[in-house]
Amino acid sequence: MELNSYQQQAFNHQRPFLEKFGKWNWLLTFFFIAWIIAGLYALYLQIAYGHGVTGMRDNVVWGLFIVNFIFFIGLSYAGAIIAGILHLLKLPLGKPIVRLAQMMTIISIVVGPIFILLCVGRFDRLHHLFIYPRIQSPMTWDVMAVLTFFVGAVLFLYIALIKDLAVYRDAGLKGPKWRQWLYKTLSIGYRGGASQKRHLIISQNLLAIIMIPLSIIVASILSWIFGMTLRPGWHSTIFGPYFVLGSLYSGTGVLIVAMWYYRKSHKLENYITDQIFRYMGYAMMVLAAGYGYFTFSEYFTAWFGSEKWDSELIHKLFSPGEYGWWTLFANLAGIILPITIVAIPATRKTNWITAAALIMVIAMWVKRYLIIVPTLETTLLPMQDTRTEYVKYSATWPEWLLTGAGLASFFLFFLLMSKFVTVVPVSGLEETNHKHVHESMPVKKEDIQPA
Amino acid sequence: MKTATIATVATAACGSLACSCSSKKAGISEKVKLLSPDGEIVEIDSAYLNHQEHMAIVSKLEAREGIAGKKFVMVVDLALCKNARKCITACQKWHYRPEETEWLTVKLLKDSDKGAPYWFPKQCFHCDNPPCVKVCPVDATYKRQDGIVLIDNDRCIGCKFCMAACPYSTRVFNWDEPDLSFDIKDLAYNPETGIPAKVGTVEKCDFCPDRAREGLLPPCVEACPNGVFYFGDENEDTVTNGSETVSFTQLIKDRAGYRYMEELGTKPRVYYLPPKDRQFPVERGYENLDSNIKKRFEDIMEPGKNSKK
Repeated sequence: MELNSYQQQAFNHQRPFLEKFGKWNWLLTFFFIAWIIAGLYALYLQIAYGHGVTGMRDNVVWGLFIVNFIFFIGLSYAGAIIAGILHLLKLPLGKPIVRLAQMMTIISIVVGPIFILLCVGRFDRLHHLFIYPRIQSPMTWDVMAVLTFFVGAVLFLYIALIKDLAVYRDAGLKGPKWRQWLYKTLSIGYRGGASQKRHLIISQNLLAIIMIPLSIIVASILSWIFGMTLRPGWHSTIFGPYFVLGSLYSGTGVLIVAMWYYRKSHKLENYITDQIFRYMGYAMMVLAAGYGYFTFSEYFTAWFGSEKWDSELIHKLFSPGEYGWWTLFANLAGIILPITIVAIPATRKTNWITAAALIMVIAMWVKRYLIIVPTLETTLLPMQDTRTEYVKYSATWPEWLLTGAGLASFFLFFLLMSKFVTVVPVSGLEETNHKHVHESMPVKKEDIQPA
Repeated sequence: MKTATIATVATAACGSLACSCSSKKAGISEKVKLLSPDGEIVEIDSAYLNHQEHMAIVSKLEAREGIAGKKFVMVVDLALCKNARKCITACQKWHYRPEETEWLTVKLLKDSDKGAPYWFPKQCFHCDNPPCVKVCPVDATYKRQDGIVLIDNDRCIGCKFCMAACPYSTRVFNWDEPDLSFDIKDLAYNPETGIPAKVGTVEKCDFCPDRAREGLLPPCVEACPNGVFYFGDENEDTVTNGSETVSFTQLIKDRAGYRYMEELGTKPRVYYLPPKDRQFPVERGYENLDSNIKKRFEDIMEPGKNSKK
């Protein structure tokens, strides 16, 4: 594989990160593994003693696990859409972050479904989904959707990796033999010949074209697990697009945070530039506005129409004694804050944008909680139950431990993957001097005048 | 002792009968022919056979298909209910459910601010357009030709989607390992009996199809001191509360029967007769309740009590 000087420079810069697994990385790895082991203990409790160890009960049958499921799987769908768009638009500026988007896709599609498995009462009967499938059930649609998406995401990542894998293979990286073997095997003899190049580009284009609509479909199917039921707050026609937008939005946030982290730890300032952050900030702002618009439409129609159960739900969401403060947080931090930060030129800076993205991601997690739990607490018939844990959901420590374990495995996968491939893809990288161009080009008068 | 062994063999073969070898009954006369596991016809004394409740009398396939020609329906007369809770205890006893698990429950409804509260027994509505069945990913809950919605706890994966989908919050989940009494622990499971319960699976009111096969009424119907529940067959157009048997259509017509939340489109198989000309004041069902159950209805019965905190 031949690289031009710019690409070679990018590879040489990132080479040490592939070759060394420093103290800090070991420490993090052990930390994450300890976290995962703690989660496994909680899982053992849940299997040995039943789901009674969770906070879920007959009314609120789904809790943190489903919230995490929606959250992670949303990141995955977002990653695929972002990577697909960046690929198809052939923006030189997007190239350094495509890898991160794809890493997010593949890691979340592994971590997310674990949470829905945790929510299933009978672990031992999961094969029933395949031997007694019932095509009418939105749950079956979701199983098919996730599996299809998983295959697509693996292919999408892999095809995009082949060129780079050939680079790593030819570079003779220091490290264990098996890794060299893996590079060699996975790069399937890619040398960069004309025919090889053509095939690769066609496959990549096709996969990008497939993955974007596929992500939209699977995100909608995810929403239909809720939208297809007759429950207030769920039974809504906009749930499909609402979830698609929510996924894309929170995924953009996580991507910005990941970009920031790797830029710092791998010193990638020359590749993941401030300009990319600014552009991602703009994307985040637009998505925030869109998500805010959807949220407003949901709440406003429910409140104005004021049907019995809708009103009950809205009352729960907005009264300070119940979920009011969380609703306020989810909408201030999740919608208003990112828009404000990006809109004001003084805060339209890398660190500010990242901070806003991080807070927004947390708020979007809370928002998912607000979608799931309050609706389940709003039953159509009065509950008239004196068992407090049946009336109101509160997550137990095994659920939090498992949530932590899921998060830890998300980080751990990122860490391990960034030791196997470069965070910024080197082949196909193009020098971007946009900043330079912007500043040096004088603005002509006819450019700003309306046609 | 020899006869006792034969009886055991025979029991294993027919599956629906259990042996009671310990106590010989007086007046031995009748002989019963049964098929042994070896394929032999054996003749044994009927005194060694004891009919036992809750033994699976049908195959799983039959439990899926339902009873041919039937269309079970229930009518609940709200004018007669005084929340005696006899139906609930009978149901729990029959199904071996712990006290806090109520497949059948009595709610206190009040339709509007000025409306009068009334007792509202609520079991599974066995909807003809069941939202729970629609969402089950493994066909563990299903609709039978006789109208009954059942759950196969051997197949249920415990995803709880049906519970989220049921607008009436009818279904309950075995969150912990169920505390099974000795006599049912080892029974063969059948969806029609629903016994024994299994951890991590969903369960609910089943209209007692095992009893219906034998021509018996569900325990809730039998136990009600006021004849609130009418159970019967829509095809035959008859329902009975144990003491009087009436025409289903006539009853619905005369008493303006309705289905709860018709607007949801679920088409329930349980009809209600409006609480008009009530036989008991609503307080009658409230005063003598245990304090923990009483608390459920405090908001409606004693509105001022909790509002001052």
